Amino acid sequence: VWQELRDKWHDSGFELVTVALDANVEVARGVIAQVAPNHPSLIDQEHSLDALLGVVNVPSGVWIDEGGVMVRPPEPAFPRRASYGDGPLPDSMPERLRDMLLEARRIQTNPETYVAALQDWTENGSESRYALPPEVVVERSRPRPFEEALAAAHFELGAYLHHAGQAEAALPHWREAHRLQPDNWTYKRQAWSLADPLQGPTDLYEGDWLGDVRKTGAENYYPPLRM
Amino acid sequence: VISTTIDVSAAEFARRTGWEIKPEGACKEGRCVPLPEVVTDSVHLPYIAKLLKMPLVHDEAAALWCLGPASGGKALSSALAPELELPDWRGETFRLSSLRGSKVLMVAWASW
Repeated sequence: VWQELRDKWHDSGFELVTVALDANVEVARGVIAQVAPNHPSLIDQEHSLDALLGVVNVPSGVWIDEGGVMVRPPEPAFPRRASYGDGPLPDSMPERLRDMLLEARRIQTNPETYVAALQDWTENGSESRYALPPEVVVERSRPRPFEEALAAAHFELGAYLHHAGQAEAALPHWREAHRLQPDNWTYKRQAWSLADPLQGPTDLYEGDWLGDVRKTGAENYYPPLRM
Repeated sequence: VISTTIDVSAAEFARRTGWEIKPEGACKEGRCVPLPEVVTDSVHLPYIAKLLKMPLVHDEAAALWCLGPASGGKALSSALAPELELPDWRGETFRLSSLRGSKVLMVAWASW
């Protein structure tokens, strides 16, 4: 869907860059190859966008103007309503998957608001009321206490070791990243997904997707979109 | 920022963190932090980490150090987009600055 919007707005000077936060580069590459994107499509195996910009969940969007200045910091960026099977779920569905889908349906995504604002910016640039001044962009970015900076270092070290084929050695660093920054979903979901595709409970990590979302509250899974 | 050594060259440190070592101190985005000790060609990671409030993690078994981002303020210290350099899905290096002149939506997503 992002690609459709990109093609629609490209002639007016708009470009889309997608960044896959994926420690498993080959998996990300396979998914991207199926789409064969016509825009820059990058792979960030260390989740460096978390350290650089304060990303903590996906999808997150950042707007950057023609001069290379961010006019909106990372925020939830959905191009359309996520599809979690709106109708009744089949009885044959595994219980955990059913519970996850039902929980996911409670997460607020606000795609209409986000896409309308983005279109306004593509048409009006710095005159758009959605383009924020630099000081507001900085102010709206996440606080960076020492613990969260330390979590970023541990996650990066874990990703490096994982990529080097030392998955066991990555574990303590990823566990520490989870402990230090419990509301960073990219650090948690990355690690959980490598242990179990459904991100369920394992002996390797303390949390799991369903348990942690229920603890946090589905309504708090993403911060409110402040357009 | 991963390092296999506890000391890195000032040029390498600047390339990977954006902090340049100058006579007035360690400088980034127009802000300089004075360095009490003279630093010339080589940067000692524990020293600079403490000064810039960057965490430094050491994995003894793997003989690796990892320097985290500067802490104490906001995740963004400025609205200027960082010089992001990442491989694209074909393995080619991509620089975000190559899109100057365009309005850019950068979306972080994941396969998991």
